Amino acid sequence: MSLAKKYPKEIKQILSKYPLEHKRSAVMPLLYLAQREEGYLTKAAMQDVAQIVDITETEVVAIVGFYTLYHEEKGGKYRMQVCTDLPCALRGADEFMNSLCANLGIKVGETTGDGFVTLEAVTCLAACDKAPMFQTQGPDGIKYHENMTVDRTMELISILKRSVREVK
Amino acid sequence: MEHILLRHRDIAEFNTLNVYKKNDGFAAYKNAVTKMTPTEVTQVVKDSGLRGRGGAGFPTGMKWSFIDNKNWPHYIVANADESEPGTFKDREIMEGNPFQFLEGLAIACYAVGANVAYIYLRGEFWELAAFLDEKIAEMEKEGYLGDKLFGGEYSLRMYTHLGAGAYICGEETAMLESLEGKRGQPRVRPPFPPSYGLYGKPTVINNVETFANVPPILARGANWYKSLGTADSAGVKVFSLSGRVRKPGNYELPFGTTFRELIYTYGGGVQDSRSVKAIMPAGASSSLILVNDEKVLDTPMDYASVRTIGGDLGSASVIVIDDTVPIDWLVNKTVHFFNHESCGKCTPCREGTYWMSNITERIREGRGVAGDVDLLLNVAKQMQGKCLCALGEFSTMAVVTGIERFPEDFKKAVSKA
Amino acid sequence: MSKQVTLTIDGIQVTVPEGIVVADAAKMVGIDIPVFCHHPKLEPVGMCRMCLVEIGRPVRDRATGEFVMENGAPKIQFMPKLETACTNKVEEGMVVLTQTEKSREGQKSTVEFLLTSHPLDCPVCDKGGECPLQNLTMAHGPGKSRFIYDEKLRLGKHVPLGNLIVLDQERCIQCARCIRFQNEIVGDAVIDFDDRGRGTKIVSFSDPGFDSVFSGNTTDICPVGALTTRDFRFEARPWELDAQASICTQCPVGCNTTLNTRREPRAGGDITVQRVMPRQNEEVNEIWICDKGRFAYHYAESKKRLSRPMIREDGKLVNSSWDAATKLAADRFLEAKKDFAVLVSGRLSNEDLFTVKMLVDRSEGTGYLYSRMGGGEMTSLVGMSGGSNFANMGRGTTIVVVASDLYEEAPIWYLRVKQAADRGATLIVLNARETKLDRYSSYVVRYAYGDEMKSVQDLSRKTKIGDAFTQAENAVILFGSDGLGIAGSAGLASACATVLQDSGHAGKPNNGLIGVWERANDQGAWEIGFKVEENLAEVLQGRTVYIIGADPVSDDPNLAKALEGAAFVVVQDVMETATTEIADVVLPAQAFTERDGTFTSGERRVQRFYPAVPVTGEAKPDYAITSQIASHMGVTLEGTSVSVLFDGLATSVKSFEGLSYARLAEVRPQWPIVGRGDMYYGGTTYENKHGMGAQLSAAATRGETVDIPQIDKEAAPRPKEKELLAVPITRLYDRGTTVMMSADLLRDRIGGATIALHPDAAQNLGVEEGQLVNVSFDGVSGDAVVKLDDTIPVGVALIPRSMGLAIREPVPANVRPQR
Ligand SMILES: Cc1cc2nc3c(=O)[nH]c(=O)nc-3n(C[C@H](O)[C@H](O)[C@H](O)COP(=O)(O)O)c2cc1C
Ligand code: SF4
Ligand code: FES
Repeated sequence: MSLAKKYPKEIKQILSKYPLEHKRSAVMPLLYLAQREEGYLTKAAMQDVAQIVDITETEVVAIVGFYTLYHEEKGGKYRMQVCTDLPCALRGADEFMNSLCANLGIKVGETTGDGFVTLEAVTCLAACDKAPMFQTQGPDGIKYHENMTVDRTMELISILKRSVREVK
Repeated sequence: MEHILLRHRDIAEFNTLNVYKKNDGFAAYKNAVTKMTPTEVTQVVKDSGLRGRGGAGFPTGMKWSFIDNKNWPHYIVANADESEPGTFKDREIMEGNPFQFLEGLAIACYAVGANVAYIYLRGEFWELAAFLDEKIAEMEKEGYLGDKLFGGEYSLRMYTHLGAGAYICGEETAMLESLEGKRGQPRVRPPFPPSYGLYGKPTVINNVETFANVPPILARGANWYKSLGTADSAGVKVFSLSGRVRKPGNYELPFGTTFRELIYTYGGGVQDSRSVKAIMPAGASSSLILVNDEKVLDTPMDYASVRTIGGDLGSASVIVIDDTVPIDWLVNKTVHFFNHESCGKCTPCREGTYWMSNITERIREGRGVAGDVDLLLNVAKQMQGKCLCALGEFSTMAVVTGIERFPEDFKKAVSKA
Repeated sequence: MSKQVTLTIDGIQVTVPEGIVVADAAKMVGIDIPVFCHHPKLEPVGMCRMCLVEIGRPVRDRATGEFVMENGAPKIQFMPKLETACTNKVEEGMVVLTQTEKSREGQKSTVEFLLTSHPLDCPVCDKGGECPLQNLTMAHGPGKSRFIYDEKLRLGKHVPLGNLIVLDQERCIQCARCIRFQNEIVGDAVIDFDDRGRGTKIVSFSDPGFDSVFSGNTTDICPVGALTTRDFRFEARPWELDAQASICTQCPVGCNTTLNTRREPRAGGDITVQRVMPRQNEEVNEIWICDKGRFAYHYAESKKRLSRPMIREDGKLVNSSWDAATKLAADRFLEAKKDFAVLVSGRLSNEDLFTVKMLVDRSEGTGYLYSRMGGGEMTSLVGMSGGSNFANMGRGTTIVVVASDLYEEAPIWYLRVKQAADRGATLIVLNARETKLDRYSSYVVRYAYGDEMKSVQDLSRKTKIGDAFTQAENAVILFGSDGLGIAGSAGLASACATVLQDSGHAGKPNNGLIGVWERANDQGAWEIGFKVEENLAEVLQGRTVYIIGADPVSDDPNLAKALEGAAFVVVQDVMETATTEIADVVLPAQAFTERDGTFTSGERRVQRFYPAVPVTGEAKPDYAITSQIASHMGVTLEGTSVSVLFDGLATSVKSFEGLSYARLAEVRPQWPIVGRGDMYYGGTTYENKHGMGAQLSAAATRGETVDIPQIDKEAAPRPKEKELLAVPITRLYDRGTTVMMSADLLRDRIGGATIALHPDAAQNLGVEEGQLVNVSFDGVSGDAVVKLDDTIPVGVALIPRSMGLAIREPVPANVRPQR
């Protein structure tokens, strides 16, 4: 089903933020909307967005390719994005990342066998005083998890798994 | 001393509308719209000596007065992109004291004649954006936003807009491109936003913290504000303290407070009681200030003084580096960041950041060959003064100052090979 | 004339128009500041940082605003940083230094940075010899780079952006010229950057890839060898090519082109056309051409070229001598007396047409222009005349486009009209269906098929649109035959002429009527006095027919039938066609690439083309063949010199008065400066050295009394109840000979026969999108694929011309699903 058919209310609300003659401004919020279900942007979804804001599909792909929070390939249900930038690294982010990899049995950039978690290293998330920290990007949007330990992280994953099962 | 910006630390539930109103919330805004002309409001801000908190430290009142009144409509965009490594102040302000920021934004809109304001938040502030949307809705209900406010002619609407992971979108013209639904690449300047901004219309862009300063300034007057801080840097600043300190976090202090007070009195000193080796006063974009002499720590943190020790205060995101940290490792981190965030629009930055990370990586992994350090310094210098926007310049700061001020660290690194 | 500013560049004082950028100012006085992303036709972006220079500005006294003087001269303050010459506008008193140590270091740095990711494969690069980066590397670049080249980017070398354009990702220097061309000039953002930072690369996600009829131009303005045409890639090296000036024959725009030729081993050592390039004419095509003009030239060297005269002997065509063949034709023409009929097409040059006209006038026969569109009498009365130029149209000009889909019919006019609208011209689009130009128009009127004339007549009414037209300083009308046949378009033309006459616009430069004709020289044919015949099939019955440059047999079964019933048929053409097969005499003509002559464009600009390749076999120029026949008929006509012929034309046809080959060869100074040593500036387009042509005068300009035949009867039919009215439209890539000969290249652009229906109409017929149906109307029957289009009325079906279904005019049709 097309985006326009699936989310008429949301789309109307998004478009209402911007001047009529500049509806192109809505492309980013619409891409978040389009990414909600699958966790990544399908070709069809990008075509829908292009149509709604009246730009070419190529222009949409160009925007998707520029910003790191849009994904063109399928990833895990949750993307676990650990900040390993300088300030966090000064507070043990790299070590944290390493032991996370060990616990999950994957390397940075890989997805767990059950397809639930994709582990990614990202640049500063404006939480430098609460390192080690990461954000999860998933069906419920983007959430911060700060002052983390490996144990609390594994705990979080099992909670998330449960919650996902419940919705099903 | 009671807080001026981080008031939520003194007053419980300060981020709720009622508590904020009970503490004179929106009085300054209402007074400005009903009793003052836009020019008068701008004048007060000019007189207060308030300078931009986004990094450039440009006089805020002056920026507002540049807005082109022959071209309408006008816009204001609040810069809530907060992506500079080591910076996390705007987030606390918006979470803890959202109404003071929004009130400041509203006053600014009135001063420059904008009827629409956008708040551009970095995509990662997803929950924060939803939170602000609620606050904006409450303000509309209370009649602080909407049409014909306070029975007058003035109308104002505010909208949040989420970025999607691009540090460059903090650069004001890249932010405008992004807000227009394009790739977030900087524009050539001139023309500057106050004459050609969002949708080609006159636009003022200020940082979140800058706006948060405005209500108290209007409430208590320019002179009161000037009485805080130093001659060239009026008022208070939220310092984001991170790195090897015991108590990292935000600290609201008057300009002119010394590094020593920030690190030892407030930050609880250096971890494991080691000594400070270097300071980055403005996040990853800063020069590395060499702390070989205790006196350096007694430098007051204001725009002018920090320059005397070979740095820039910028956004005042103080990263503390102790003597256990190899500078070549640090530089590899910052360069990696800029290489990842370079928008790719201009040649020197697109290619230069890549080669710098390529070389620092090599040095880091002990594959460095003799001459790599000079080459690295060379590339950085070759970029300087040639890039389209400041990101390219930023990327060279830690490299150049690192190599020039900490040569030993690099010698050691390449000698391993 | 805009205000002028005076500045100093490398010590040279220059006075230039205010508002231009330093790089352009330098160019004007012959100082080449190296640029990559800057292109004089595009908005400044300042991204490549190649043009870094030192810029100083005079210090002004805060109080008085006067220059602060310092020992006699204004005090100059230089910026601490280098600045980009391509983004900084000139200022009074500015001082620019392009050659100082500092400036050179800046430029050198950028070159080196570019080279760090750019392959050094110049020897095998298509751009080799035409490449600024190569030249600049020689000038600035360090002998060897200090970077480690084995860590260079390894990227796709042959990434097709579509079927026509190939991208070499390693060579791309991210200057965005191609992207900006598609965005700003064409308005089709079908290519863009993906990713960011050093990953930045050009991509296209349109279908078909790089879906634009202007794509070829990006290869001209690409400053390195990153974008190439699939046609030219690795075919030849620029410096091995000869260049000859020519005119595109694909449509009535008359784009100036250059034919690059070379001795081709694969063609048995013959000299062949290697590529078609734009030739600058800012009054016609600027520095652009469309892809059809660029790629659909292969027919000229086709295997099916006619090389010897032939006559029919006991049923078979056999080779003959020129003398015998022309004698035979001449005898039959004389015998035929009044039954002698001549069919000419707009493929012929003015000189050819003039020769034929003289033959017809001196015989008892009649001549006809072979075209599916009428109205040419009007364009010679109130057409565009001397000094008209789309480039000068903007605010104050109103452009009306009626019954034409310019993007498909005359792409460069689409570009020119769009740009005029961008500059503030008022664009009014009148059409029964949606066309691409609607997006740029101030007013769109959707009339019902049959109301074409009325919608034009309404322009003289007192309405918003009416005023936009009548009150305009200048007014231009482009009329076509979208949905119309000969009668319809003729009626439309007279309606257009009338409103232009009544509004007082007719006769002034930058005003008048333009016919969007089928062929390059239809306008010339009209001027010389040929007319179209509505019932061609009937008038040809039983007559002796001399067909020049037309293929009626494959175009239209009715005409085929008519010609079967003809007494004698002589066909003169460049190629074997269905019509040559039924001919009694076949006369081989030279292609326009082999000879010289002139064409008259729809804007009524007469332009010369020149021989570029050797003649095929015994083929002769059309005028020579005609005059040889004439001499056998006892009529003496010039048969050797085109310029002499043209002089005759200039003395006997009013609108040509005062023109001569010398006039046509004149060149006026043009901006931007292109085609010199500085390929990185304007691109590889060719400088115009062979003439920009000259426009005809219009009757209205000559002050003659212009009386326009009033056609008040309904010229075009309306769809009736319970009837499907099939109407003709035009597609750029049709199945005409020229396109099909280049078919392998244009594969994904050329479609088959289609029929466009409104969804409801399709439902009533029980057919759906993509389904194969049988379409039939008077004497024609064939298959077509259904396309749905909800912008057209339920009662009509659109059928593209020359796509397999011979549609001449609106006609009731039957549509049956095919199983
Ligand atoms: C690469 C780059 C990143 C920037 N990031 C931010 C940012 O995250 N937040 C911010 O407020 N200003 C940022 N700035 C500064 C803005 O461009 C702009 O100067 C500032 O928002 C103006 O507001 P102010 O005058 O209140 O400081 C950045 C500048 C550059 C060149
Ligand atoms: S300096 Fe870097 S970020 Fe700025 S425009 Fe150039 S490439 Fe983009
Ligand atoms: S930056 Fe001036 S030519 Fe590219």
